Amino acid sequence: MKILIKNGYILDIKTGINGVYDILIEDGKISSIEKDLDVTNVDLIDASGKYVLPGLVDAHCHLRDPGLEYKEDIETGTKSAAMGGFTSIACMPNTNPVIDNQAVVRYILSKAKSDGMVNVYPIGAISKGQKGEELSEIGELKFAGAVAISDDGKPVKSSSLMKKALQYASMFDITVISHCEDPDLADDGVMNEGYQSTVMGLRGIPAAAEEVMVARDLILSEYTKTPVHIAHVSTELAVDLIRNAKKRGVKVTAETCPHYFSLTEEACENYNTFAKVNPPLRTQKDVEAIIEGLKDGTIDVIATDHAPHHIDEKNVEFNLAANGMVGFETALPLAITYLVKPGILTMEQVVEKMCVNPSRILGLNKGTLEVGKGADITIVDINEEYTVDVQKFESKSKNSPFDGFKLTGKVYYTIVNGKVVVREGFLL
Amino acid sequence: MNLKSKDVLGLKELSVEEIEHILNTAKTMKYILTSNNKKTPHLQGKSIITLFYENSTRTRLSFELASKYMSASAANVSASSSSVSKGETLIDTGKTIDMMGTDVIIIRHPMSGAPHLLAKNVKASVINAGDGMNEHPTQALLDMFTIQENKGSLKGLKIAIIGDILHSRVARSNIWGLTKMGAEVNVAGPSTLLPPGLEKTGIRVFNTIQEALLDADVVMGLRVQLERQKKGLFPTVREYARFFGLDDKRLKLAKEDALVMHPGPVNRGMELATAVMDGEQSVINEQVTNGVAVRMALLYLLTRRGSSENID
Repeated sequence: MKILIKNGYILDIKTGINGVYDILIEDGKISSIEKDLDVTNVDLIDASGKYVLPGLVDAHCHLRDPGLEYKEDIETGTKSAAMGGFTSIACMPNTNPVIDNQAVVRYILSKAKSDGMVNVYPIGAISKGQKGEELSEIGELKFAGAVAISDDGKPVKSSSLMKKALQYASMFDITVISHCEDPDLADDGVMNEGYQSTVMGLRGIPAAAEEVMVARDLILSEYTKTPVHIAHVSTELAVDLIRNAKKRGVKVTAETCPHYFSLTEEACENYNTFAKVNPPLRTQKDVEAIIEGLKDGTIDVIATDHAPHHIDEKNVEFNLAANGMVGFETALPLAITYLVKPGILTMEQVVEKMCVNPSRILGLNKGTLEVGKGADITIVDINEEYTVDVQKFESKSKNSPFDGFKLTGKVYYTIVNGKVVVREGFLL
Repeated sequence: MNLKSKDVLGLKELSVEEIEHILNTAKTMKYILTSNNKKTPHLQGKSIITLFYENSTRTRLSFELASKYMSASAANVSASSSSVSKGETLIDTGKTIDMMGTDVIIIRHPMSGAPHLLAKNVKASVINAGDGMNEHPTQALLDMFTIQENKGSLKGLKIAIIGDILHSRVARSNIWGLTKMGAEVNVAGPSTLLPPGLEKTGIRVFNTIQEALLDADVVMGLRVQLERQKKGLFPTVREYARFFGLDDKRLKLAKEDALVMHPGPVNRGMELATAVMDGEQSVINEQVTNGVAVRMALLYLLTRRGSSENID
């Protein structure tokens, strides 16, 4: 069945298409992008008044499969992604077993093919078992289908191992994603170190714990002349260090997450474990710096860091609560509400940071609307307001601090490889 | 007057009026406590459980005695000898205690916010007997009671709190309570043991004990846990005592009639010199007695709260 998307506002960076056009999809591919296409015997989608964007690409999520399926699995995770408008997602290796060998990569790819709603790209571990001791089989990971390597969830503590990882990975042209955290400085911290941690009597994680490692990885990247991608940037100085490194010509790219431009440490008040995340929510000053970094291009990517956790892991003492929040189903609305509506970013810039750049950094060949290419498309009404209800999330877990938030921007259609998976806001 | 909340979780949450009401009630309780016959029927038919996830001598005993002096049924649950050691969650343990007809659960827990979590999940009143580094409200109430008894009023007094502020729930509760009651709080401690943003709570922060002591009406020492030294927060006990220990000579910087207080247990010769601890200005033993009176007052007010609401 052919699909015809009529009268949508098409926004594509690579082709430069920016205006009201129709899109025809045949055999899973975009066959035509023209004004006033007239085709009969098609599945007609009326997109008038809505934006038609390249399907969103998430460079950073946790699908918890294999091993932690009580939190999420590939089926529920990709359903959640589809509801959020994501058509391609890259999942982190802190599963059980860890994605540190080709067998686990193949397992994820095959399960994604049978159970998945969207394209899934595994990220392999930098070190065996994410233990930070020996490199994993990075070459084999790459050839099995891993699109990047990262020990996300844990920092690579050894500077020497990080240097070797950058050098070794560059041989296979695979992206290294760094979770920047000095574990000694972070100590047993559970939230940002500052006034709020003092008032709540909780151990703090200083901003310096992130910044020291960002600085280290920038230095190692410059020294080895290899690229590095900095995950979930959350502090003012981290943004500044990356900005300077870019000026020096260091091959660094960086991502942040919606919660780092929309929330501060105050969200932890009353020991709200849904706001417990690593890196921790910071201060207003940091939020402003993150926004500035997004605006001036220092931060290339908005990723979700979708991190589902079972309610039993959140309905406990703050110290014991798991780090992380689900993110697929709120990411785009948060970007629209906190960045587009106040006039900080244009929709073009959102497309760059949520489609083009993550696709480029991970080498996915996605994130664009082009004739002849697979039809990964997201249709969104950027003016519709709604109230977040976590109970309606498709994710197996409901750990979001945004429950009850009024947000703007609603995903109406998600099309993956020419197949409609979300129609009129409902999962098919 | 009734307390607004069913729980006493911290002085951060209590109003000036509530604090005054608790301290006034404690006066009556002290009278009972120091009389010949320490038995009242105020808590008859009430059941009070202490749920302690940390070791304690004085807080636990003082709650127990307070319950017994007022004729409550009292029992203990300690983490080491209960289902807690089998991995039961705080909420599950709390609900089990709640369902046995408990009126008040007194909890001590190594993690900040644990009493708040418990309070949200049980019908019983919850009293925080110390949570992590957050609050120890009954300690601060007994400290304020002791100061008031000796000085008449808290308003305008200069209070010096010396030591490990970072890890101290006693310091936090006292800071909230004393500043609410109009006292001026000055703290001093090694810079590695001062949490960030303290000034924003309306107090003054010093790096020398001398500055904090100057003209003080009350000097409070805090217990320094010896394992902090192993974590590198200060070099040696010797150097700590040299720069932050309270001895005779330093005490002279405070007002002549300044009170010396400490929540106990004291590391003699470290936070306080023995001569100061056992000296004339020390009210450390009074604090212990007052602790029972304040806890009697809280138990009375919290259990009374439910019944008078029903009558209303």
